[in-house]
Amino acid sequence: MYNSIVLVKQVPDTANISGKVMKDDGTVNRSKLPAIFNYEDKVSLELALQIKERYGGKVIALTMGPPRASDILRECLFMGADEVYLISDRKFAGADTLATSYVLSEAVNQIGEYDFIFAGRQAIDGDTAQVGPQTAEKLNIPQITYTEEIIDIKDDKIQIKRKIDGGYEIVESKLPVLLTVLKDVVTPRPFSAKRVMAYKGAKSLIELEKLTEENSLLYIDKLVHEYKERGLYINTLTTDDMNIDVTRCGLKGSPTKVFKVESVILASGGHKKIEATRNGIGELVDQLMNDHIFG
Amino acid sequence: MDFKNEVWVFIEQRDGKPADVSFELLCKGSKLAETMGGILKALVIGSDTDEIAKLTFKYGAEEAIVFDHPSLKNFRTVPYARILQNLVKEHVPRIVLFGATIIGRDLAPRVASHTKSGLTADCTDLQISDVKYLSQNHSKLLLQIRPAFGGNIIATIITPDVPTQMATVREGVMELCLLDKPKKEKITKLEYQPDPVDELVQIIKQHREENKVNLKAAPIIVAGGYGLRTKENFRMIEELAHTIGAEVAGSRAAVDAGFVAPDRQVGQTGVTVRPKLYIAIGISGAIQHRAGMQESNKIIAINNDPNAPIFDVAHYGIVGDATTVIPQFIEVYKHKLK
Repeated sequence: MYNSIVLVKQVPDTANISGKVMKDDGTVNRSKLPAIFNYEDKVSLELALQIKERYGGKVIALTMGPPRASDILRECLFMGADEVYLISDRKFAGADTLATSYVLSEAVNQIGEYDFIFAGRQAIDGDTAQVGPQTAEKLNIPQITYTEEIIDIKDDKIQIKRKIDGGYEIVESKLPVLLTVLKDVVTPRPFSAKRVMAYKGAKSLIELEKLTEENSLLYIDKLVHEYKERGLYINTLTTDDMNIDVTRCGLKGSPTKVFKVESVILASGGHKKIEATRNGIGELVDQLMNDHIFG
Repeated sequence: MDFKNEVWVFIEQRDGKPADVSFELLCKGSKLAETMGGILKALVIGSDTDEIAKLTFKYGAEEAIVFDHPSLKNFRTVPYARILQNLVKEHVPRIVLFGATIIGRDLAPRVASHTKSGLTADCTDLQISDVKYLSQNHSKLLLQIRPAFGGNIIATIITPDVPTQMATVREGVMELCLLDKPKKEKITKLEYQPDPVDELVQIIKQHREENKVNLKAAPIIVAGGYGLRTKENFRMIEELAHTIGAEVAGSRAAVDAGFVAPDRQVGQTGVTVRPKLYIAIGISGAIQHRAGMQESNKIIAINNDPNAPIFDVAHYGIVGDATTVIPQFIEVYKHKLK
C-alpha cells in the first residue's frame, strides 16, 4: 500500500488570453481569465491513481488557490481521487513560489502520512518548475524531477527513469519522495460518468457558506456535517485551520516582487518587403550571396 | 543593509564536462559584479574538477570555490543542494546564478527554499539598478527580466528584502566572452562533509547522446511554426534547410504539435540562437520565440499574415503562403547557385 498526495493547480489558459488581466501591482487578475486544470498536474494524478490501482493505498489531491479552484478538485474526484483539499485564504494571494511551497508543505504535514508527493513539472502560467523542489526541501524529503517513467516500486524504494540534459538516467530513491512529472508519461483517464454523477455536487466550505448566505434556513455547521456524511465535502483549509506563520504567506512572504510590467510593444517594422515571386526571391538570394551568407 | 556584493555562478558539469551556460553566466556575472563594485566567484562541485576550476578564470571568475569528491562526480540534488545552501548561509552572496538546465532547475529552487532567497526562473536579461519600490530606496538591486504570462508581458522581478537574489538563465541567452587576459587564479578547496541523506537517491545508470543537434553553432537556421499546419508541410522546412545547408528548428507551437523534435525548439523555453541567417516560416513571432532568435544577424520572415509580429524583428519580409514560397525559394536558390 502506498499513499500519494498530488499537488494540483488551476491555471489561467495562457494560450487564450484576452482583455485586461494584469492588476496595477503587477499580479494577475485571475478572475478575468478562463481557468483550466494544469495538464502536467493531471498527468501526475493519473500516475498516482495507477499506483493505487496496482498496489493499493489512497490518493489525495491538494490545491492552493482562490475559491473557484475547487473546480479542478471536483475534476480530481471525477478521475478517482479519494479525498481532496482546497487551501484557500486571502492571505495566500500574491504568493511567489517560495511562499506557495511553504503553505503547501504545511498543508501536506497537516494531512498526514504519505509515500509519494506528485506534481506536474511546471504550471503553464509561470513555467518556473520551482514549487515541486521547494516543497520537497521544506518537507525535508528527496525529489526526483523530470520523471519520464516509473520503472518499479518495491518495499520502501522506487526506481525511476528521468530526463537529464542530453539523455536520461535511472535513479532509485527511498520513500517518501516528491516526484515531478513530464506531460507524456501517461495519458490522464477521462472522467468516469459514474463518478461525475456521484461528485458533481461536491462543495468546499466557501461554496457551502455561500449557500447559507443565499438561504437563511441553512446553517453552516449542519451543512458541512451533511456534506461530509455524503462524501461530498471538499476539505477546506484556511490560515485559521493551519499552524502557520502568516508572514511567510502570500505577497508578504514572497521574496520576489513584480517591480514592473510592460506590455509587449513591438518595434516598428523596419524590414524590407520582398515580393513572393521568383523575381523577388531571386533578388533576396542575390543580396544574401553578396553578404556572403549564401554560396 | 550592507552587503559584500559577491556574485556567484554555479558551474555545472556533466560527465566531467562543463556546461557552456555556466561560462556564459560568468561573463554576465562579471559585468554585474563590476557594476556593483563586487567580485565574481565560481562554484565548482564534482570529481577531478581542477581543469574546470581553471577554465573559470578565463571567463571572469576571480575565485573558484571547489568541492571535489568522488561521490560528487554526478549531480544529485541533495548533496549538491546541501553544499550550496550551507555556503550561501555562511557567506551570504548578493547574487547567485544558475543555468536554467535540468540540473539548474532542480537545484536552484531547493537552495533558494532552504535559504529563503528569491529565485526567478528563465531570465532573458539581468541588470543592476537602484530601485524605488513601495517608497523605499534600494541600491544596486538585480533586475530579473523575463517574459511572463504566455508572452503577453515582460516582467521585471526584484528581490528587495532578502539578502540573496537568485536567478536561472537559459543556455545561449547571455553571450560568451573569452577574456584576452585571464583573471589571476585563486582556487579555494573546501571539504565535502558526507551525510546519510545524501545517499537517499542513487543513480543506477546514465545515458547521454552527444549533441545530436547543435543549433547554437549553426550559421543558418530554417525554423517553422504552427503556420505550416501539418507535419507533411513541415517537411518542406527540412527540404529548404537541406538545400541551403541549414539546421532545422521550430517554435514551441510546432514542437507541441509534434512537427519537430523538442531539442530543436528555439525560444525562451528552448534554445537561444544567434546565427548569420534565421529564416522564420509560419511563425507568428510571440515574444518567447523572439527572445530566442532576435539577435540573429539577418532574419527573413515568411508569413501569410502581414501583421504577424515576426515582421517587426525581420530584416526581410515575404508575405505569402509557406507552401508556395518555400518551393519557389528552393528552385531559385538551386538555379542561382548551380
